[in-house]
Formats: sequence, C-alpha cells, structure tokens
Amino acid sequence: MIGQAISRVDGPFKVTGQATYAHEHWEAGQPLYGFILGATIGRGRITLIDASRAEHSPGVRKVMTYRNAPAQGAPDESIPSLYWRAQPVLTNPEIRHYGEPVALVVAGTFEQARAAASLIDIEYAVEPGNYDFATRQDQSYVPKVVNGRMEAETSVGDFDSGFNSAAVKVDQRYTTPYQFSHPMEPNACLAVPRGDDLILYVSAQIVDSARASVANTLRIDPERILVVTPYVGGGFGSKLGIHSETILAALAARQLNEPVKVVLTRQQIFHLMGLRPTTSQRVRLGAGKDGRLVAIAHEVNMYTSPHEEYAEQTAATTRALYAAPNRWTSHRLTPLDLPRGEDVRAPGEAPGLLAVESAMDELAYALAMDPIELRIRNEPKVHPETGIPFSDRRLVECMREGARRFGWDQRPAQPASLRKGRWLVGYGMAAAIRMHFQGPAKARVRMCPDGTAVVQSDMTDIGGGTYTILAQVAAERLGLPIDRVRVEIGRSDFPVSWGSGGSWGAANSSTAVYRACEALREKLLASARDKSEALSEIVARNHPEGLEAEGEIVSMEKDPNYRAYSLNTYGAHFAEVGVDVDTAEIRLRRMLGVFAAGRFLNPKTARSQLIGGMTFGVSYALHEQAVVDTRSGAFVNRDLAEYLVPVHADIPELDAVLLDGFDDKANVLGVKGIGELGVCGSAAAVTNAVFNATGVRVRDFPITLEKVLPGLPLMEA
Amino acid sequence: MRPFIYERATDARAAIAAMSTAGAKFISGGTNLLDLMKLEIEQPTHLVDISRLAFKDIEELPDGGLRIGAQASNSDTAADRRVRTRYPLLSQALVAGASGQLRNKASVGGNLLQRTRCPYFYDTASACNKRNPGSGCSAIGGLNRSHAILGGSDACIATHPSDMAVAMTVLDAQIELLGANQAARRVAIADFYRLPGDTPHIETVLGPNEMITGVVLPPPPPGRQVYRKVRDRASYAFALVSVAAIVATDGGTITSARVGFGGVAPKPWRSVEAEAALMGRPATMATYRDAAEAAMTHAIGRGQNDFKIELAKRTLCRTLAQVAQVG
Repeated sequence: MIGQAISRVDGPFKVTGQATYAHEHWEAGQPLYGFILGATIGRGRITLIDASRAEHSPGVRKVMTYRNAPAQGAPDESIPSLYWRAQPVLTNPEIRHYGEPVALVVAGTFEQARAAASLIDIEYAVEPGNYDFATRQDQSYVPKVVNGRMEAETSVGDFDSGFNSAAVKVDQRYTTPYQFSHPMEPNACLAVPRGDDLILYVSAQIVDSARASVANTLRIDPERILVVTPYVGGGFGSKLGIHSETILAALAARQLNEPVKVVLTRQQIFHLMGLRPTTSQRVRLGAGKDGRLVAIAHEVNMYTSPHEEYAEQTAATTRALYAAPNRWTSHRLTPLDLPRGEDVRAPGEAPGLLAVESAMDELAYALAMDPIELRIRNEPKVHPETGIPFSDRRLVECMREGARRFGWDQRPAQPASLRKGRWLVGYGMAAAIRMHFQGPAKARVRMCPDGTAVVQSDMTDIGGGTYTILAQVAAERLGLPIDRVRVEIGRSDFPVSWGSGGSWGAANSSTAVYRACEALREKLLASARDKSEALSEIVARNHPEGLEAEGEIVSMEKDPNYRAYSLNTYGAHFAEVGVDVDTAEIRLRRMLGVFAAGRFLNPKTARSQLIGGMTFGVSYALHEQAVVDTRSGAFVNRDLAEYLVPVHADIPELDAVLLDGFDDKANVLGVKGIGELGVCGSAAAVTNAVFNATGVRVRDFPITLEKVLPGLPLMEA
Repeated sequence: MRPFIYERATDARAAIAAMSTAGAKFISGGTNLLDLMKLEIEQPTHLVDISRLAFKDIEELPDGGLRIGAQASNSDTAADRRVRTRYPLLSQALVAGASGQLRNKASVGGNLLQRTRCPYFYDTASACNKRNPGSGCSAIGGLNRSHAILGGSDACIATHPSDMAVAMTVLDAQIELLGANQAARRVAIADFYRLPGDTPHIETVLGPNEMITGVVLPPPPPGRQVYRKVRDRASYAFALVSVAAIVATDGGTITSARVGFGGVAPKPWRSVEAEAALMGRPATMATYRDAAEAAMTHAIGRGQNDFKIELAKRTLCRTLAQVAQVG
C-alpha cells in the first residue's frame, strides 16, 4: 500500500464540489460579510476617519476602525515563529505599509460591505517612506538569525585568499523580485461565535498556529477556539499563519454575536499577505583549471519590514551544496516600508539556488566544461561546513539519470549555435538540494468493531495528498483495504501537529500515524488468539467500543540524527527552451526533473507536487514579479492579468522521475519531504537554457524578453 | 458593486431609448464591464443588456465584403468559414486574444470598446486622467512597461488592448452605429478611435446614446494576411507588440501594403508611414527595415517601454518577410 500510485481518496469530493472550503461552510446559517478597506498611503498616519456615511449605507451592521476596535494582544517576540504570535489589526492610526487595513465594514452582503467601504472618509498625514530596494541597500544590517533559526553568516577557511588565488573566477550579482504565494483559494475566514467560544473556519496550513495566533490576539484561552480547515485550496506559505482576514472576522463575530465571513479579493492579497523578499545576491566562485572549487561565497541582501523582521535563508542552501575549502555565506536586511516578508514556495532555496546554480553555469562556461561534470567534481563527501556525514546523498545519481533520460549529450556545446526554424534552442540544467525539516506531530488511530479505522490529526491537506497518504499508511499497518480507513484532519480538537509547510507535513504526519498504528497493533496483538488473526477480528471480539492509540514524531531539535547527519533531498533539473530569434520571446520546449527524497509514499501525488514545483521554477525564471511603485509603496500589478504565472500553453512536455529509496536517518518510514523540492533549482535550469540558446546571460529576474532582445543577432533576410 | 437596474432590451429602438436614463450603460458579454464594476471603476446604475438583440449574424455583402453583427461572439467570428478564408488575419487576431471562455462570451461590439489594461486605470486610489479627468497620469514615471510609444500624450500613455480591432483597422472596417430616432451612420475604424490628447477619458466618437450594431468589412485587399502577436507568455496575455500586415507583390515588387500595430498606442495603430515605405519597393529585408524605421519615426519611450520601439521594428520586419514570401 505504501509506495503505490493511488489516486487521491478525496478526489471525488473535490471534483463534485462536496469538499468544503473555508468560505463555503454553512453549518451556522447565513453569515454577515466583512470587507477590509486598505490604506492608500505607504507611510504616515490617519488624521481623520469618519465612517458615518458608511454606517448608514444599506445593509451595514458595523464599521470597525482603530477608534472602536477592541484592544488586542501584541506580538510576543519570545514566541519563536511569527505565525504563532498575535496579529493585532486596527490598533492605532499609524500606517506602516500601503494597503494596511484601516477599516472593516460588515454588512448583509459582500457587495453592500464593499460599496460602504468606499464611503468612509479618511484623511492622512503622509510621511516619506522608503520603498526602493535598489537605492536603500546601504542601510542594510546583519540579522541575528535567519529563517529556520539558521546562522546569518558562516565562514570556513579563508575565502578572500582562496578566491584571489583561484585560476578561474566568477563574480556576479543576481537580483530577484518580490513574489506572492497566490493560492487558488484566497485567504478566508468564517468566524462563528458560540457564547464566549469561537469556531473559525479558516484556510490554514497549520491549525495550531491559527488557533494560537487568534488566541494571542484576542487574549482568550486557546481552548475556547475551534479551528476547522478540512480542505485548503493551496497555501504555498501564505497560510502558515493567519492574517487580518481571520482576526477581523473573529473580532466582528464576537462583537455582533453573529457569523462573519471575510474573504480577500485577489487584489487585496498583494498587500495583506506576506511576500517573498526581493534580493540582490553576490556569488563568487573560484576554481582551479580542473574545475575544483577553492572558494565559494554567497552574500545576500534582501528587504525586510522594519517592524517584523523576516530573513529568508537564501544563502543557507549554498552551505551544503558543493565542496570548497574556503567559504563564506551571509545575509543582510534592508528595511523598507512594505508588508512583512513571509515564507513563499521554497523560501531560501528558490532565490538562492537560482543565483548559485546560474553562477555554476557561468563557471562551467568559463572553464569550457560540461556543467554536470563541473558539479560532479565538486560533490562533497561530507557536509562542507560542518564535516558531518550526509544521511543519504544522491545528487550525482539524479544528474546522471537525468542526463541519460533527457538526452543531455545533444546539448549544443556553444551557446547560440542551435537553430530550429525561427527558434534559437538551448539546453540548461541545475542541481536541487533542500534541507529536510522535521517538526512535532501527533496522530490518533482508532479501530472500530465494524472493521474500519479512523485516523485523526490536526494535520492539513493543502492539495498535496495528505488524506491519501495517511490512509495508505494506516491501511498497510492495520491490514485493511484503503476504503476501510477514514482520515479526519484539519481540526484543532484532533492531536496537534505542525501541519503542512516546509515540506515536512507528509513525513511528520505519516510517521505519527505509523507509530499510532504500531501502538495499536501492540495493544491488540497481546490479546490475539494466534498470530494470523486479523486486527479487525481482535477488535470485534475484545473491544466492542473500538480501540485507539496515539503516535508521534518529535522536532528535529530533539532528534539526535539531526546532530549526527545532514538530511537533505536532491534533484536535477533539465530544461530545453526556444527563444524567438526576432522577438526574444522565450518558450519552454520540455523539462525533466529527477528527484531523490528517500521513500515516496505515493508516486502519483508526489509527481504532481514535483511537476507543480518545476512549473513554479519556470514562473520564477520567466514570468513572476510583483512590482512596487517606489513613489507610493503600492504593488502596482496587482491582479493575475498583470502578475504573470505560466498558463497551460507555457508548460508543454514536463515530467518528474522519482528515484525511490529509503533514508533510515530521516524516520521509520524512510520518507523525506518533496513539497518544495521541485521549486529548488528549476528556475536556474531554465535560465541556463536561455543562455545556451542565445549567449545572453540575464541576472535580473524574471527574464523578460527586453533583457534578451539587445543580445540577439540583427534581422537577416 | 453598487445596486443597479438590469434591463434586457427587446429591440434596438427600446435599448437606445433606455440609454436616456441617467447612469445607463449597455452591456453585452460583460467580460470587461463586470470586472470594472467590481473594482468600482465603472458605476452604472442601469444596465441595458443588448446581447440578445438581432445583431449576431455574419452576412455576405453584394460587393464581396462581410457584415459582422455587433453581437456576434468573438469565437463565432473567428470560426466563421468566410472570415477564415477571406480575412484570415482577423481570425488569427481573435484567437490570439483572451481565453476560450472569454471569447465565447465577448461580442465584437464590446471588443471594440474594451478599456485599457493600464494598472493605474484599475486602481481607484491612483491618479489617472482616463478614469478621473484632471487627476494626472501615474504611468508616466511609474510602471509603464506595457504602455504606448505612439500616439500618447502627457495626459495618458495607456494602450488599447484589442487584437481584433488592429486586424479590422488594416481591413478598413466601417463601424455601423445606431442612435436615437433610428439615426444610423457609419464611421471608418480609423476615425472611430480618438487619441488621448488632453481628454483621454473620451476614447471614441460614439455618441452618448449610440449603439454599435455591426462592422462592415470591405472585400479583402489583394495579398497575403498575417497577424503576429508578441507577448510575455504563450497565451492569455495582452500584446507587448502586435503586427497586422497585408502585402501583395508582383515579380518581387510590393504592389499593395497595409500595416497595423497593436500594443503600442492608445488606439489600434495604422502605420501609413510604413505602408508608404513599402509601396513599389522590392520585397526585401532592406525595404522592411526602412518601413520599420518609418513606422517608428515618432515613437517615444517612457523608460520601461523603450524596448517596444526595437521590438516593434523587428516584429514588423519578420511579419513582412513572412507575409511577402509567397508572391
């Protein structure tokens, strides 16, 4: 059962519309609708806010502003993750970023609430804000730690002398844009008051953080809050924590003592969600003529909110990637008056590998060496910074297998040398590496006398396939057909977990379910008639009420394997692109990823996640960027007609190959996370293919056609 | 969205009469208007639905032309056998636009009247002379990568987003209008759109109660037709630059040429300068380059959109080479 390509058990619910998302719950009856009004300045303060016209607008039940919003808890920085902290809203007249909520209008319909919001009269005292990353980098500072509680700076050997002595050098700067997660389902909350208690139907990746954050903000006992999130239409980081939509729905519901629903519009997401920081990354590689690296440095500067620091671990990915005796990684933060940074699709690896794997391609070109051969020559035997062994490193195998399947030997050795009709065609590759994280998770498994089993955890399914893989694990360990296992997740009255995020959800929760099943088996087998008796028969005979057990996995800090080994997942991406020789339009022609991540619980759902991640890479390389108007601090291209991601026509032949394995240092199932692995390095493979096609090296992302156009040959007859 | 009255018109006369109500607006496919209403850019209080009026047909005209009803869908027009064989660039332009779902809903008349995609036009908190006359233009000095290089003014550099209208412009289409008291008139598409000047909120010569009832295409001019759209992704994106070209050659000499651009101007842009540079000249890349230079003589970049000048030249050269390659 484990390891089989089973179709999603929740698939029929989704395609028939029976899967209920946050804003679709109707158990509490007709709700009121809340609409958030955002500030139209980037920095300053409200000098006048008059809601009287809005309050008399049809259907309006409440207008909440800083003048009448309830007192709320403040963020407690001793709580390690910002997603568990309080998220107070409408607490004072200060405006810290464009689009920050200045009012919530609650009315009988969404349209009434939105129309009334435009009748709120506001005057601001505008203060000059800092919105331009390009001109503010001299104001940067080194943070204490970066995301994942990693070190901000690391150094091994003597980088400067190593680099200076190198025969061949690459020293380049790469810049990456702001990005948003943009799940298909917008961030949403339906808050239902039940006396002093509160039911929150939210769209959340982590139930526990949603509950803690609301409890800390509303200053109530978390036990008074029930969080329900059975189906989540994608998260990609933006639902690791709740935001103003949930806090405001909860505040309004308690004040009005009626259900209140708040759903963000697509445009609002551009100011009310966290964003992936823009970066400027300097990468220096020094190598001998044989391609062996003697020095590697990765220095990252990125923006942060001055109020809530967020440091993406962009240089951290370089620490475990290639061998070199002299090393230096660092992060600096440039404060800007923009919404806070948050985790977006492979935080750290996505921008970091784009820069480093572009630089490795530049080094291969400088050496006239095959890019795969260069990487193999720098394959480390142990972790290049700490010296500890890798648990199960298969990067070279991924590259070799990918090269064979992709036909890498057909790659034009010289850039701009392969022409197919009006297209310049090029091949590119890049390596993928991602640290495997582990977080605490608990699960409960109950066997019933009717021969069914129920799995319960507050784990979420954000589209990756949690329902399916947990059913597979329980069915296998309990000896049941998969349709006899019911998986119940996404409720705060189920055993707690770290939910979905950081690609840890599948490994954490499947291990917890496995252990719960083992505990249950142990209890049952003690009263078995003989070893061949089915567990379901033992339950029916001895436990007419059913029998349950719990299992858990501990955090990586408490797991000795994380001190003894470097646990990572690996992959290799291969891309073929065409660049129109006249217009520089760039189109992907085909793409292949080969991945090693221990054991794959379900190759079908795993492949879907990986090809989705690869598609994000195409987006990162070619399309996606949120643009700040540096005059106002507003994100300007704030809809999906202007914030481009690939459409189907942009993604032709694309495949992911899984190299199955078993990482016995990771957990009892040998499983590691794959949710974000497809994102890691995929943008660099596309970038390197564009260089191979055209001879034009673009280091400012995304690679839009005007960056390639000047390097194209003159028009010929 | 504000409350509004919805009225389904039974005939053209009643529809036009209904427009005398203050705050009234026609609605057809609604693919643009409804979005603008949700964003409170348009705030009509009365919608007159004309999508079911008897203007859906595509008819033969005695002179060999076609009359396309204003309520014909973009999909039906693109798929019409006569359009595909006689006006292939119109069909190509239509299918290059939007998505299948939108083309099924969108009407030909509505396509002509779609509003710009300038992000500042879409943001009611921004200054925009088109949305709020006299407030200023945020695109000048702001995000203007997609903006006009031809025909703009200091008041507005927004582009017209239609592909279809660019094709119709080189086909010398006539727009049929019907006003109060059954007053019908025809306007050449070249005269239908106005340049922004200092009144960018006035985009066409359409009168306050006038309705587009159809588009008349004269018999196709001699030569081959090609519509080429350059965009940031393979589908579902507005043109950075598009070119509509119809060229006839005789013995390697260009005997007839029509050239239009999309994505570069506040209206579908017919380039008489390029056409003049092509007429009577040999069908060679040197000629195309001269035509491209002529077309872009008055082009002005605003920073981020500077690349469009070179991109338009290259796209025109390649399209001309393609369209003229078979005599």
